[in-house]
Amino acid sequence: MNDERDDRPLGGSSSPPETEELEDAKGLSRRSFLKGAGITVSAGVIAAEGLLETASATAAETKVAGPGPVAITLKINGKEHSLELEPRVTLLDALRDRLDITGAKKVCDRGTCGACTVMMDGKAVYSCSVLAIAAQNSEITTIEGLAAEGQLSPVSDAFVEHDAQQCGFCTPGFVMAVTAYLKQHPNPTYEEVTHGLGGNLCRCGTYMGVREAALDAAKRLSGGRA
Amino acid sequence: MADYHWPPADKRFLIGKSFTRLDGPAKSSGRAKYAYDINRPGMLYGRMVFSPHAHAKIKSIDTAAAEKMPGVRAVVVMFEPGKEVLWAGQEIVALAADTEDQARDAARAVKVDYEVLPHLVSDLTPEKAGAGRTSAGSEAKEGDPDAAMATADVKIEGTYGAGIITHCCLEAHGQVTEWEADKLTMWASSQNVTGIAGEMSKALSIPASNVRTITQYMGGGFGSKFGADPWGPACANLSKKAGRPVKMMLERDQELMEAGARPSIYAKVRLGAKKDGTLVAWDSESWGTSGPQGGGNPPIPYVMRAPNRRTKHTAVLTNTGPGRAWRAPNHPQSCVITMCALDDLAAAIPMDPLDFFLKNIEFTGERGKSYHEELLKAADMIDWKKKWRPRGTQDSGPVKRGLGLSIHTWGGGGHQSNATCTIHPDGSVEINIGSQDLGTGTRTIIALVAGETFGLPLSAITVNIGDSRYPASGASGGSTTVGGVSASTRRAATNALNELLAKVAPYLDAKPDDLEAAEGTVRVAQDPGRAMTWNQACAKLGATPIAAAGQRSLDLISSGVGGAQMAEVTVDTETGIVRIEEIVAVQDCGLVLNTKTAESQVFGALIMGVTYALYEEKLMDEQTGLCLNPDMEFYKLAGLADIGKFRVHMMTGPGYDERGVIGLGEPPVVSPGAAISNAVANAIGVRVPTIPITPAKVLAALEGASGTGRA
Ligand code: FES
Ligand code: FES
Repeated sequence: MNDERDDRPLGGSSSPPETEELEDAKGLSRRSFLKGAGITVSAGVIAAEGLLETASATAAETKVAGPGPVAITLKINGKEHSLELEPRVTLLDALRDRLDITGAKKVCDRGTCGACTVMMDGKAVYSCSVLAIAAQNSEITTIEGLAAEGQLSPVSDAFVEHDAQQCGFCTPGFVMAVTAYLKQHPNPTYEEVTHGLGGNLCRCGTYMGVREAALDAAKRLSGGRA
Repeated sequence: MADYHWPPADKRFLIGKSFTRLDGPAKSSGRAKYAYDINRPGMLYGRMVFSPHAHAKIKSIDTAAAEKMPGVRAVVVMFEPGKEVLWAGQEIVALAADTEDQARDAARAVKVDYEVLPHLVSDLTPEKAGAGRTSAGSEAKEGDPDAAMATADVKIEGTYGAGIITHCCLEAHGQVTEWEADKLTMWASSQNVTGIAGEMSKALSIPASNVRTITQYMGGGFGSKFGADPWGPACANLSKKAGRPVKMMLERDQELMEAGARPSIYAKVRLGAKKDGTLVAWDSESWGTSGPQGGGNPPIPYVMRAPNRRTKHTAVLTNTGPGRAWRAPNHPQSCVITMCALDDLAAAIPMDPLDFFLKNIEFTGERGKSYHEELLKAADMIDWKKKWRPRGTQDSGPVKRGLGLSIHTWGGGGHQSNATCTIHPDGSVEINIGSQDLGTGTRTIIALVAGETFGLPLSAITVNIGDSRYPASGASGGSTTVGGVSASTRRAATNALNELLAKVAPYLDAKPDDLEAAEGTVRVAQDPGRAMTWNQACAKLGATPIAAAGQRSLDLISSGVGGAQMAEVTVDTETGIVRIEEIVAVQDCGLVLNTKTAESQVFGALIMGVTYALYEEKLMDEQTGLCLNPDMEFYKLAGLADIGKFRVHMMTGPGYDERGVIGLGEPPVVSPGAAISNAVANAIGVRVPTIPITPAKVLAALEGASGTGRA
C-alpha cells in the first residue's frame, strides 16, 4: 500500500487524459459518462479543453537514463538550473525539494487536485505528473515567475480583491490554472470559467471568489492589451 | 480615557466594512511559506511506515535493512512490538533520508511482522457489532414521550444518518523540526501554535522554554490539527538522531486513513405531531463510530426539541481510524437526523415545512425569535412561498425540482487570548499574539480591531502571529478565535492608547479623558481642531515605545448563534444525480467585524456542505478492513461546477451587534446536509436516508429498496 505512488507514468505526460480513457464496467468512458450526466465532481480528472492539455512528451527515446542520478537542466522562470537527480524525480519535487521554489504544492501527488499546477511552454500541467527529466526542453513558469517578489500579477491581484482564498494552499495552483486558461480563452463566460477551472480542487470552499477573480482578471488582461 | 467597549454604530470606522485579507498578496503570489514549504539547510525527508492491517498485534519490527538503504540517516520506532494497532494507517516506524524517494524506498524495506486480529469497520448495525464493540453513550428523557406519542395525530418512523468523512486538509499534517543544541524549533501545520509547544516539551522531556513552534500559514485544519500528534515528537527524534533538520508531512493516503475523520452518526427516530402541526414527542436511538474511542453524545434532537422526548446513544468501537473534531463536531450529523425527520413529519401531516418550523419555533428555545426572522428572510431570498410544492406533485419529466430547509446553532465565545500592543515613537504599531490564521482572516481582524482603536487604517498595523514566542493564545477551534483575539487586541490597544493619551495631553493642553484617537490624529473630542497627527503624538514618546498587554474579556464577546438555510435542487430520476441550483444562507454572529471575510466563511461552509451532502465519504471495506478511497480521485471533493448559486445574508444591526463578537467558522457548515437532503426528498417524493446522497442511493430510494425514512 505504501508503494502505489511509484507507478508514475514515464515520459512526462500529465495523467488527466489517461484517466479519462478509463472504461467503467458499463463500457462508458468516464469522461463521456460524466459529461453526459452533467456532473463534474470528478472534475479533477477531467481535462478542460485547453487548460490541462498533455504536455508534449519529450522523454528521451535514445537511451535509458538512470536509475542513478543524471545531470539535467531546467529552464524555470527564464533562468537555467543545472541539477543532478534520479530520473524518477517529478518536476514538482525538483522544484520544491531541490530548488526551493515552493509555490506549487503537493496535495494528491497523482494528477487530481491541481495544487501543483505550473506552466510548460505556456500550458498548464500538473507538475506532480511530469518527470523533471522530461521537462528539460520546455520553458517552465511557476507562480514565482508571474511577477517579481512584492508585486502581483493581474490574476494574483484579482484573487486578493475577490477573496478567492482562505487557507490559500490551493491558491497558487488556481492562479496558474487561471493564468494559463486566460491565455487561451481571453474572454470567457461565467459558464466557461466554471467548467474550464474544473481541474483544481479547494477544500476551504473558495470557488465563488475564484470564479469572480477569473472573470475580473480576464477583463483586466484584455483591457491591458487593448 | 479611551473606553475598550465596542463603539456604537455611528462611531465605527472600520468595523463592519469589507476588507481584503492582509495576507492575501503573500498567498496568491505563492510566496507564503507553509510548514510544507520550509526548506532548511541539510534538511532530510521523513516518512512513516504504517499498518496495512485494521487490527493486528505487532510481533516484531526489523529496521536493519532499511537503515542500510541509500540516503537513510535515522530511524525511529514509533510503536513497540507486543502492542495492537487499531486501524490501518497507524504509524509504526519513522525514518529520514536525503530525498523523498529514498525515504519511500527505505520505508518499503522495513519489515514488520503482524499477528492479524479480527476487525470491525462497519458501523451500520450496532446489534451485530459483537461483544466489547459497543459502549453506552448518553441516555436522557424529558416529559412523557410515550403518553405524548399516544396523543399524536400523525406519527412517523425513520432511519437517518451521516457516514464517516475525513478532513482532507490540502496541506497534510506534519512539520519540520530542527535542533540547535538542546533547543527545538518546529514549523508545524497547526491550529494550536501555542499549545503544541507545550505538548512537544512534554513528549520530549525538555523544558517548555526550549521549544519554539511556528505556524505562519497553514493549509487547512477544520478541527484535525490541534495536537502535536505522534509524528511531531517522532520527527524531532529523527532530527536529533540525524543531527539534521527533518521535514515529515503525511502523504495523502495516510492523511486520509488516519489524520482526520468526522464520526458517523445514525439514528432510528420516532416522532409525532398534532394535526395542526404541533410537535409533541421525539424518541430516538442513535449510534455511530468515532473509531476505537467510545463516547459521543450528539445533540439530538437538534435545535428544535420536542417537549416530550427520549434519546439514547451508543458508540460502536471500530477499526476505521480515530475520529477528530470536524468543523462543528456532531452538529452536521445531528442536524441531518433531526431536520430530515422533522421534514418527513411535516410531509406526513401534510404541511409546508416552512409553516411547520414556524409553528414549532418555540421549541428552539431562547433564540426562537431570531430563527423566526432568519427563516422568513431565507424564504424571501429563495422565493419559497412561490416555488415550494408538496412532495409528489412534480411535473412528469425525469428531472425533478425540490426545496428544503434547515436551521442550526453553534456556541462560539472566545478562547483565552493574550495580546501585546506596541506603539513606537515613529508612529508604527505592532500587535503580537500567539494565535494562528487558518485562512479565516484572523490577521486581518486583529489589524482591523487595532486600527479601529487608534483611528488608523489597517495598513498602519503590523500583526505578528503564528509563533509560540508571542503571548499565549488558545487553539483555533470551536469558532473561538475571533472572539479571543478581537477582545485581547482591543484591550491591549486601548491600554496602549490610554498611555499615549496621558503622554500627549499636556501638549494639547487637555486632560487625557478629553482626548480621542480618530482619523489619523489625536485630538480633543469636543474640539477636534485641537489636534496633532498620529505621528506627531507618537513622537512625544521620545525614545521609548509604549508596550501594553490585554487579555480576552467576556464583555466584548458572546456565544450562541443561529442560522437558517434553504436549498433548491434538481434530481435526475433516471441517473440519480443531484444538482444544486441554489442555496441561501442567513446567519447571525453578533457584531460582524470584516464583512468580506465573514461572507467568505459562509460561502466556504456552504461549499464544504455541498461536498459532504453529495460526494465525500470514507469508504471502508468490510472484508479487509481497509479504507477504499485514501486518495483524491475517489475521495471526492466538489469542484467549481458542482456548487450552484449561493447567496448569503448576515443578520446585523440592533439586536445582533450589541452581543459583541461571535465566531463564524462552524455554524454555517451545519445545515447544508439537512437542507439538501430535504430538498431531494421534496423533489423525488422519498427520503434518501443517509448522506452523502449519491446517485446510487437516490436510485435505491426511488426503487423503494431502502425505504427507511419514508413518510
Ligand atoms: S495534481 Fe499534482 S498534487 Fe494534485
Ligand atoms: S483556500 Fe484552502 S484549500 Fe483552497
